[in-house]
Amino acid sequence: MSFDYKPYLRYEKLPHMWCPGCGIGIVVKAMIRAFDDLEWDPRDIAVVSGIGCTSRAPGYLNMNTLHTTHGRALSFATGIKMHRPDGNVVVIAGDGDSTAIGGNHLIHAARRNINITMIVNNNNIYGMTGGQYSPTTPLGAKAATAPYGNLEPSFDLPHLLRGAGASFVARGHVGNGRQLSTILKKGFAHNGFAFIEVVSNCHTQFGRRNRMADPMNMIKWISDRAKPLKKFGQMEEDDKAKYFPVGVLFEEKDRPEYTATYEKLIKKLSA
Amino acid sequence: MISEEHRIAITGNQAIAHAVRMARIHVVAAYPITPQTSVVEEIAEFCAAGKMDAKFIQTESEHSSMSACIGASMTGARAFTATSSQGLALMHEMLHWAVGARTPVILGEVNRALAAPWTILTDQSDSMAQRDTGWMQFYCANNQEVFDSTLLAFKVAEQVLLPAMVVLDAFVLSHSTEAVILPPQDLVDEYLPPRETPVKLDPDEPHAFGGMMFPDVFMEQRYKIEQSMDIAKEVILSEIEEWEKATGRQLKPLYPYRIDDAEVVVMCLGTAFGSVRYAVDKLRKEGIKAGGIRMWQYRPFPIKQLKELIPEGSQVGVIDRAVSFGISGPVGSEVKSVLSPESRNSVYGFIAGLGGREIQPESVESVFRAMLEGSADPVGINWVDVRK
Repeated sequence: MSFDYKPYLRYEKLPHMWCPGCGIGIVVKAMIRAFDDLEWDPRDIAVVSGIGCTSRAPGYLNMNTLHTTHGRALSFATGIKMHRPDGNVVVIAGDGDSTAIGGNHLIHAARRNINITMIVNNNNIYGMTGGQYSPTTPLGAKAATAPYGNLEPSFDLPHLLRGAGASFVARGHVGNGRQLSTILKKGFAHNGFAFIEVVSNCHTQFGRRNRMADPMNMIKWISDRAKPLKKFGQMEEDDKAKYFPVGVLFEEKDRPEYTATYEKLIKKLSA
Repeated sequence: MISEEHRIAITGNQAIAHAVRMARIHVVAAYPITPQTSVVEEIAEFCAAGKMDAKFIQTESEHSSMSACIGASMTGARAFTATSSQGLALMHEMLHWAVGARTPVILGEVNRALAAPWTILTDQSDSMAQRDTGWMQFYCANNQEVFDSTLLAFKVAEQVLLPAMVVLDAFVLSHSTEAVILPPQDLVDEYLPPRETPVKLDPDEPHAFGGMMFPDVFMEQRYKIEQSMDIAKEVILSEIEEWEKATGRQLKPLYPYRIDDAEVVVMCLGTAFGSVRYAVDKLRKEGIKAGGIRMWQYRPFPIKQLKELIPEGSQVGVIDRAVSFGISGPVGSEVKSVLSPESRNSVYGFIAGLGGREIQPESVESVFRAMLEGSADPVGINWVDVRK
């Protein structure tokens, strides 16, 4: 029997608002499969988002969901996790939301190593507001606010997050939903700040300006560049620039988790 | 000179962008937010097409946009940004800073309601929440006025060293196309010469900015800001006159409609005034002496003009598209305080049109009727078109 997504969705809210062919649906599907594999009760999951196309995802999920302000999803999520460390807190955000206006919160949540899973659907553009370049738009790519090509170097998100202190850093892409779901599952199960970048497609705003207006072409372009971490490691340095590694890129299981450390201190002081 | 003007069909957001282009802006710093975005997109297009010689910075948030504008303005540059709703709220800290630092930054503010809950539609809660920052505010009702007000805002702001917001309703103006007359560039150049500023960040004459002020001088600094607001009232009037001489078009701090003999008056800001005019006409046909006033200049508050316009003894209903929860609408309470010393009018505060709800002619008619029938509360909030 095929997998039944219905119990995990607010079915009456469909159809969703994303463009046909959008990668966000693949991410949502992979999330649901990972929740189901882990046998997490939806009542114990809080999914928090900010603003943008990706941030509309929680609205369709039949669990505790919170659609907050631009860039601040992780701050709201931190408040939730501090008061209810027993629950599973997941943030889903786009690249503009999480790395520009919310960039500060991203590095500080990672630094604290608080047990939140952060999924960034990175489609390299502000999709909802009309295709302005974001901090992950590749150098030279065209955007509504960069008609001659983007002048600003982009973030390498896994490196940024590892540097900031995340104890789990991974990457998947929308061309391989099954693999993405496995990666998400590992991230959800990780005890500490887990960061997962999903290389995704916005053919409407990014692709249209960069000769990939067709979603299938754009997802193929993404898939062709994705290499499993091991294979990527064996590549010549010159070739590495053309590809990106996927899988669990970094993991440190025994780093102290913030809410647990906090709990320990309370116990020690009240003893 | 006027013979070279162009009459083109553009949206309110495009009208701002054209005015900014013709103002020969130096620095534009902005962050995307609906429904402002097309202002900045249009400017990016002008820059790309070589029609503008400006530096465009897409920042990482509105807070940074305003910071960048203040920084640019302090070097003597003409600086501009545009935003809406949450973006303006995020700028709040820097709005105060722009005033205290006396930087004449111009801001295109597309009125959108504040969250939660989310909406992208219009009301004035975002800009009204900034009324105490010291920014001048001009509320527009058509796209020509948006264009004219933007250029006037630069001219006034640079004389009094206070920043200014040009405010327009989301979608009703921002995304609606109307005919707008663009004057020839040399006319604008003559009206708005390059900015000159007495004190700036200048390597040849270094100064220290942003220092600490202790109680012995702090209040005087604030008093000077208020003095500049007072001076701005006169500067606005003289710049309205200059602009009229140059273009034949006249802006007004307050726009009256059939007011002279009015016994009952409705006031509002922005595009909802179309419904006010309609309701006034309808009531006039019934023999009721109704009138309307639209407020274009909200900060500095046009106290003198308001007192002159409002007929003595008339009842005045002020429609606010924002609420100061726990008391009233912001404009309503200000009109009350302006008119109360002489106690010559009864003023009522009404709240309507929040979160994009249309203010229909019937809505305005109900405001008139509430005053005429004596059912309006003179102290509390009178809600219009609300399911209670």
